[in-house]
Amino acid sequence: MSDSPPVLPSGLVAFVKRDCPTCETVAPVLGQLAEAGALTIYSQDDPEFPKGLAVEDDTELEFSWHHAIETVPTLIRVEAGKEEARTVGWDREAWEGLAATQNLGSGLPDFRPGCGSLSVDPQNALDLAVRFGSASLKARRVEYAALEDEMEAAFERGWTDGLPVVPPTERRVFAMLQGTSRAPDEVVAVVPPDLVECSVEKVAINAVMAGCRPEYLPVVLAAVEAACTERFNMHGLLATTMPAGPVIIVNGPIRRAIGMNSGGNVFGQGNRANATIGRALQLVVRNVGGGRPGEVDRAAFGNPGKLSFCFAEDEEGSPWGPLSEDLGAEPGASTVTLFPGEGPRVIVDQLSREPDSLARSYAANLRSLIHPKLVLGFDCVLAVGPEHARVFSQAGWSKKQLQERLHELLIIPTEELVQGAGGITEGVPVGVSAPALPKFRPGGILVVYCGGDAGLFSTMIGGWVTGEVGSLPTLREIRP
Amino acid sequence: MTSTGNGAEAATGFVVLDPTGERSLPIRERLPRPKTLEGLDLALLDISKARGDIFIDRLAELFGERGARVKRFSKPTFTKPAPPDVRRQIAEECAAVVEALAD
Repeated sequence: MSDSPPVLPSGLVAFVKRDCPTCETVAPVLGQLAEAGALTIYSQDDPEFPKGLAVEDDTELEFSWHHAIETVPTLIRVEAGKEEARTVGWDREAWEGLAATQNLGSGLPDFRPGCGSLSVDPQNALDLAVRFGSASLKARRVEYAALEDEMEAAFERGWTDGLPVVPPTERRVFAMLQGTSRAPDEVVAVVPPDLVECSVEKVAINAVMAGCRPEYLPVVLAAVEAACTERFNMHGLLATTMPAGPVIIVNGPIRRAIGMNSGGNVFGQGNRANATIGRALQLVVRNVGGGRPGEVDRAAFGNPGKLSFCFAEDEEGSPWGPLSEDLGAEPGASTVTLFPGEGPRVIVDQLSREPDSLARSYAANLRSLIHPKLVLGFDCVLAVGPEHARVFSQAGWSKKQLQERLHELLIIPTEELVQGAGGITEGVPVGVSAPALPKFRPGGILVVYCGGDAGLFSTMIGGWVTGEVGSLPTLREIRP
Repeated sequence: MTSTGNGAEAATGFVVLDPTGERSLPIRERLPRPKTLEGLDLALLDISKARGDIFIDRLAELFGERGARVKRFSKPTFTKPAPPDVRRQIAEECAAVVEALAD
């Protein structure tokens, strides 16, 4: 590992390899330049090449990697340790310009493209990045003792959610960081409950542990950003005695690019992206933020979704627009929406073929969320399945129409809700003057389309304390 | 476990990157328990949970009977940590604080 990149000598610098016909072609030109003045040649594969010239051995590829050589030959003009200009391949005019000379390589064609540098060969690239670039990673290195099992070691240090984690080696974290163009030391968010500044690198470490592939990292980063906003209030959601946790809903082209599931078993097991993205967010909260069950996480029951609750909307199959656009995203944007949700519950209705009948089924079920006599405190996600959605689309119902009808059906007479009504002490306080109250605030029913194409079912996900005092659904664009 | 700093030394065993916030917590001594409530400026912090006020009202009565000067504070919402200003004001004005949960 080196702390600073090796400096190139002043004058002209050439990077070559023997296994490159263009490099062989330009060998006489290099001879010409060496005679004319200061030229340093770095050879990537054979220190004897080009024959008869003084050559620096770069078979370790340290100079090539640090100076971002992508093509050989590359000719660079260096002054006082600083690169002034470079050209790649053989291009007589460009070489003559850099060398401030004329008549280079007479008899050669004017132009020949170069070959790939060994330092960017896919077989080498990751190893080199780890070897020469790992000093740029700031996380503390933890060396396990010789007799420690690397899987057990993570459990013993309290780093896991109860399932085994992938050991976050430098190599794996480096590979993970290739999934984003953001710098490893960029601060993504301040993570509760300990309010720790969390870098892209720390997110990448936890994404490795969760089992993510590098292309999932932008989704995880957006999820961490969204979770740690004042609006979403991850602190409160973590600390609550309620069972809710962050639910991540993904929209836009990235869903398909990374192979997320929005179809059959959408909330279930079996899809790597769905299973690991939500897990990565939870591991960031646990490990970086210090939020652990029994400590600041005071959930009385929790729910299995607190391991990972992440899914995509089936935008291609949907008769309606995506959830992200309902919340203000530009069409075509890749986004995460975070919702503070409990576990999903099915709504079975196999007989309704009229939209109003089906809406009434939904309303009857939605009323029971949290408690049939408690209103206005919680939002919900209604995940409409394909066979149910068909009932609405065939009748020409828009998503908005369904939401408005549900709100209408869920305006409940206050006399049914007050404490004591129905022989149940729980309820809204006696003395509320309104004759009826809505179950949900306006905008409090979020509708997404997903699920398998057989089964006349939909699913509802109950929320947690909504509004400024609690948590609101939070949209974040996914940046590369 | 041994740590090798920021990769400055070559490690020989299995090396992973620390996934935690890498905080080192300052250890603070607790203030001594007040010997008497007589004349004490005492903060009562209501976290704004249902029925918290009932509990705090009763505490205020009981502390008042014992000679403490009670000052009332509240969080805007129980779901979020107390704002820094509230915490600072309590620290500046009071010798002790009782934070009351309820439900």
